[in-house]
Amino acid sequence: MERDLELQLRRIAVEVRKDVLRMISIADSGHLGSSFSCVDILVYLYFHLMKVNPAEPDWMERDRFVLSKGHACPSLYAVLARKGYFEREELWNYRKLGSLLQGHPLYINTLGIDAPSGSLGMGAGISCGMAMALKNLSLDSKVFCLMGDGELQEGSCWEAFMIASHWKLDNLFFVIDRNGQQMEGHTEAIKALEPLKRKLESFGLVCFETDGHDFSLIDEAFAQASLVKGPPKAIIAHTKWGRGITLAENGGIPVKASLSRNEVTMLLDELNRESMALSEEGR
Amino acid sequence: MTMETRSTREALGDALVELGGLDGDVVVIDADAASSTHVKAFADGFPDRYYNVGIAEQNMIEVASGMALVGKKPYATAFSSFLAGRAYDQIRCCVAMPNLNVKLIATHAGITVGEDGATHQMLEDVALMRVLPNMSVMVPADYWSARNMIISSIKSDKPLYVRLGRAEVPMFYSPRDEFVIGGGRIVREGKDVTIVACGIMLFEALKAADILARQEIEAEVIDCYSIKPLPEDLIQSSVRRTGCCVVAEEHNRIGGLCGAVAESLSVNYPVPVRFVAIDDRFGESGTPAELQEYYSIKFREIVGAVAQVWVTRRR
Repeated sequence: MERDLELQLRRIAVEVRKDVLRMISIADSGHLGSSFSCVDILVYLYFHLMKVNPAEPDWMERDRFVLSKGHACPSLYAVLARKGYFEREELWNYRKLGSLLQGHPLYINTLGIDAPSGSLGMGAGISCGMAMALKNLSLDSKVFCLMGDGELQEGSCWEAFMIASHWKLDNLFFVIDRNGQQMEGHTEAIKALEPLKRKLESFGLVCFETDGHDFSLIDEAFAQASLVKGPPKAIIAHTKWGRGITLAENGGIPVKASLSRNEVTMLLDELNRESMALSEEGR
Repeated sequence: MTMETRSTREALGDALVELGGLDGDVVVIDADAASSTHVKAFADGFPDRYYNVGIAEQNMIEVASGMALVGKKPYATAFSSFLAGRAYDQIRCCVAMPNLNVKLIATHAGITVGEDGATHQMLEDVALMRVLPNMSVMVPADYWSARNMIISSIKSDKPLYVRLGRAEVPMFYSPRDEFVIGGGRIVREGKDVTIVACGIMLFEALKAADILARQEIEAEVIDCYSIKPLPEDLIQSSVRRTGCCVVAEEHNRIGGLCGAVAESLSVNYPVPVRFVAIDDRFGESGTPAELQEYYSIKFREIVGAVAQVWVTRRR
């Protein structure tokens, strides 16, 4: 990946994180850590890889995106707003009565949302249906499904992996946000997922691992995955829960955050410092 | 009544084949029950639009949802226990909430599934589906109503649940009869009592009406094939003439047609009402005929219920 592009994506990602922090603090509810862990993946998909057109959200030939871990929707909303699907001002209504931006994505309300989610474990199956229909229509659009790692404890995910591999849905990419965290603790302590790569491979998926915060490495993983014809692809993106905010990364913020004004100001400061550093880097 | 008999599930295969020819966007998603649900006819006729996802009803609904999101018109088919029961959260979140054009066609509903027993005798599905916003629920009585109902469902782009049975039933209607979402049909006129029935209980209601006529009670029989939306005006205008009502269905008396009619009448025009339905129990193995007797959902119970409401009817 070219250095300029990488820098540009990193800058967007910081701005998205700032918006997400503001959204969650205004709403006084929302999942901060698991929203932050997938920001870079979302920014990479929407600002680099995916074939989409915000001016024509229903464009038939577009790529589809399914946020299976629906609770991370603040990050998706912030990305969609920045991409131009709706006004950025709308973000401040997240989780409010009458808002377009519901606590979990509601397909009928929100421009740019390709699929409903919120109840975990269903996005993978929906993505399979999309990939099958796109193949049936002979469209070369792709489907990207972002899943949480804890979500993989739902059996329906594995039903979807089976059908994806049986129907050879090579237009389908499962991206797993491997932040290691779920509601009550660490995934490996609650119901272990490892050896995850081997499990996914044994279900017939071609599997790649990457650092989910390094745009060059994310790009490399997708480039390699795209070369494989036949089977569906899984990319395990190793991420940090709360990435970008040291306090969250170190477990200092509860899973469902409620933050005071002072705390928000302090956390925004850290993101602002990163933002400044990135503008320096570009000079 | 000596008529040719066929099951409503047979109508599913024939209707889907016709739909396949009418509309290239129709796809059928199956959870490995094509031979039993009669979906095999579509699979043979349109192999490129038939998807068997294996024994995985939850996945089937997710796949149907994904297909609808890309503009296809999916018909998801399975046994009612596993469609309405097992995949309930998927139906709720992936179909009803986003209000998608997914048609759910459930076969093998009710006690008359017979020997397979309780797990396969779905008696709660209408209640489960009826309570979902955006979802319509239909229960045809015979082959022609099932067939024509499924064919005309293509005109709607909203979620729909159609409940079919395993057993053979009389071919009561004609190929030209129409069955619309929200509709019902007076199949016998009468002035003394309204019997609202659906599915196989329509035939029991008609038998009961014959017996009642001998005692000079003229029963009006309504085939209430659309349970949601309920044909409230049709039922109310009948009940305003008769002053009493019996509801008959092959389902738990809680939450199905009985519940729907009681809710409507108690709000709009309260009259004495009795139910002939499964008395909040699970099923068990037996022949369909034995089970109908054992679970007290025969014409006899309808006659008895009419006697009760008629003496206390609203005048």
